Parts: sequence; C-alpha cells; structure tokens
Amino acid sequence: MGGRALVSTRKGLFTLARRRGGWEVERADFLGTPISMALHDPRDGTTYAAHDNGHFGVKLHRRDADTNDWQEIAAPAFPKVEAAGSGNAPAVSLVWELVAGPSARLGELWAGTVPGALFRSRDRGESWELVESLWNVPERERWFGGGKDEPGIHSIVIDPRDPDSLTLAISCGGVWKSRDAGATWTNTGRGMRASYMPPDQAENLVTQDPHRLQLCAASPDVMWVQHHDTRFRSTDGGLSFTEIGAKPPSVFGFAVAAHPSDPETAWFVPAVKDECRYPADARVVVARTRDGGESFETLDRGLPKKHAYDLVYRHGLAVDADGETLVMGSTSGGVWFSEDGGDSWAALDARLPPVYAASFA
Amino acid sequence: MARVSFTAHLRRVAPPGPVTADGATIGEVLALVFAASPRLAGYVLDDQGRLRKHVCVFVDGARLGNGTALDHPVSATSEIHVLQALSGG
Repeated sequence: MGGRALVSTRKGLFTLARRRGGWEVERADFLGTPISMALHDPRDGTTYAAHDNGHFGVKLHRRDADTNDWQEIAAPAFPKVEAAGSGNAPAVSLVWELVAGPSARLGELWAGTVPGALFRSRDRGESWELVESLWNVPERERWFGGGKDEPGIHSIVIDPRDPDSLTLAISCGGVWKSRDAGATWTNTGRGMRASYMPPDQAENLVTQDPHRLQLCAASPDVMWVQHHDTRFRSTDGGLSFTEIGAKPPSVFGFAVAAHPSDPETAWFVPAVKDECRYPADARVVVARTRDGGESFETLDRGLPKKHAYDLVYRHGLAVDADGETLVMGSTSGGVWFSEDGGDSWAALDARLPPVYAASFA
Repeated sequence: MARVSFTAHLRRVAPPGPVTADGATIGEVLALVFAASPRLAGYVLDDQGRLRKHVCVFVDGARLGNGTALDHPVSATSEIHVLQALSGG
C-alpha cells in the first residue's frame, strides 16, 4: 500500500500523503512552474520532476531518497544539427512520459517527448541519448499531432519479464514495439481503428491515436488502450487489439489504469468526445471492467454528480501496486482517492491547479 | 565591452547583476556569458542553439527578431537585455 502520491500540475508538484483521516498535501514544490510529469523510482527512491517552462524550455529536476533538496539535471534534448538548413531541426518542447527502467538496470530511465521522440538515460538523468532508431523510422513522417501541434510519445511500458521489451503509444503514431531495448522497432496494433481518418485508412497502424496504453504487471501480455475512438485490449503484448468499447456513458477519454495483478480489471474515465471533452452529463464517473472488457460498471460514489467539467488527462489516473488504491486528478484541480478499487472515492481537501499527471510514490 | 542583463525570472541560473563580455555579435557575447554560467544557456537557447521562441533580446533599446538576434552586431558600448517575452509561456 503506497503512502504517497505525486500530482503534477500547471503550477507545481504536489506530494500527497495518506494520513489517518485521509489524504493530505504533504509538500508543494516548484510553485508557479508547470510540471508535465513526475516519477518516483521504486528502485532507489529517487523522485524526478519534468518542468515545462513555457519561456525557458524543458528542464528536469531530481530529488534523492530521504533528502529535501532538488537538483537540476540534464533534460532530454536533440543532438545539434550543424548542417545548413537546420532551421527546422527539432527541439524538445515537452516531457510527456517518464518511466523507470528495469530493476536489473539501476539508473536507466526512459522519456517520451513532444515532438515524438524516445530518450534513454543510463545514469539517473545525468545524460540522455536520443533513440535514433525510432526517430529515423520512415513512418515517422506520417505521424501527426494529437492534442498537441506535434506528435508525442506519452506511454512507455516495459515487460517485467524482459527488460529489453518496450511498448510505446504515440499520439498520433500508433503502437510501437521493440524487443531489443530500442535497437529496432515494429509498428503494431492490428485491430485498432480510427474514425477520424478517411474510411480506407481507418485501420492504418501508423495513424492510430492511442491516448494511453498500460499493461498488467503480472500478465504483461495484457495491455489496455484508451484510444481516441474507443477502448481496446490486447492479450498478445500489443501485437493486436480487440475493441472493448461500446459502453455508456461514453467510450472517449484519455486515461486508463491497469490492475497490477488481475488481467481482467482496468479503469477508464469517460468523457464526451472530440470538441467537447468534458464528462457526460457534467458528472464525473469512472468506468471499471472486471471481466476483460466484456462489461463495465459506472462508479460514481463520492465523485461530483452535477456541474462538474473535470477532464482527466491521460496521465491523470493511476492505481497502486495493491490494485485497490487509485488516484485521479482533473483539469479543474480536483483530486480523488479510492481505497476500494474504485467503489467509492474521497476528494482531497484542496483546490489544486489543473492536474497533468498523478501517480503513486 | 557590451553589458548584458538578464530578466529576474532567470535569477536562479543567471549572473546576479549585469555582466560585461566581448564579442562582435549577440551570439558571441552570450557564448562568453554562458561559459561562466553554463546552466543559463539551456534557458535562453533551445536544443539547436536557437534563441527560444518566448525569450526576447533588446539591444540599445531596440527589440531584435528571434530568428536573427544572435547574429546581430554589437559594439563595445552596447546594452543588451535578455527578457521573457510576454507571448506564450
């Protein structure tokens, strides 16, 4: 059972702690600075915070276990292009995903960015290298922005059985897999479809918009995707997917959390799709399946039931290792916890800035 | 030598007050300042060494275009201000 959660917001990083009476804000860091993503590395207790300084660029800060002070470390950055005509050469505009590497490779971190690039660090963020093999795939020219002007990598999952097996989800660039720690890549995701494309392109793997991809840690071949169009589930490690969507109140949304040990259970946060992007009927609900997506329950006990326009972004929902404790944060600054697998929720007694990401520490 | 001042928003990484440096262009002057304050470079320039989109540079009272600012000539008496643009962010 985790005792802490990290909530990354438009105005700083908030660390929440479980107390006897519920969850409370324990500390606030970087007040005023947008934090796009934070990571607690369970291997050594380090906390990382990605800053999205609108004016001064992307920065990364690190706080060692049991210390109070943050240290600015290297941020993912593209190699400098010296050639003529480098005016359009890429620069990182956002760290959109940050994950700890496998336990066998302490210090390894992976970052997904906007524009859509993957970066790897082998030294706790002291330095970063662009994964050129992915940046150079010819299909990248057909990726396009989804929610951002440029495409971005927002989901990176590592197979707990095989530290070299990575799966990425890209908006919009589909699902990509590597079995050799990023040396080579395959565009997967057969079975997904995109109604925003011309009909003959709807099943094209490279233009899918998976909003978020997560795996079941105990059964890593099971992956869940909240896609722009609907929800999908894979039972073969992301090679192919089956639609599990058409359930009320809507199948649009951004976030998904995968139960860590039960491959049949996952949570989603429905919203009214496309141009609206707020909860159906202005009621915040969570959709839970416990039978692999055959059916969904709509969970709302303790959540706002009227006049609620809270949107939960793709990193705004997380489940702890116990499979029972969940945290959810919204664009209106609402944060809710559940201690019973989503059956009931309690609001954090705070009005936080708009939430970009929530995770357990 | 040209004199360079940085916005107070950069106080954590920039010199505390105006600094002087030699150089024929803004880029050359800033390169010398960055040599003494290495973290500052990444706040003013992007991955490719371009002036960040929402940073602006004034020389002797005139605002420079971001695409050409680094190549702009400066004199030994130039006053350079590196500021946060009010756009974006």
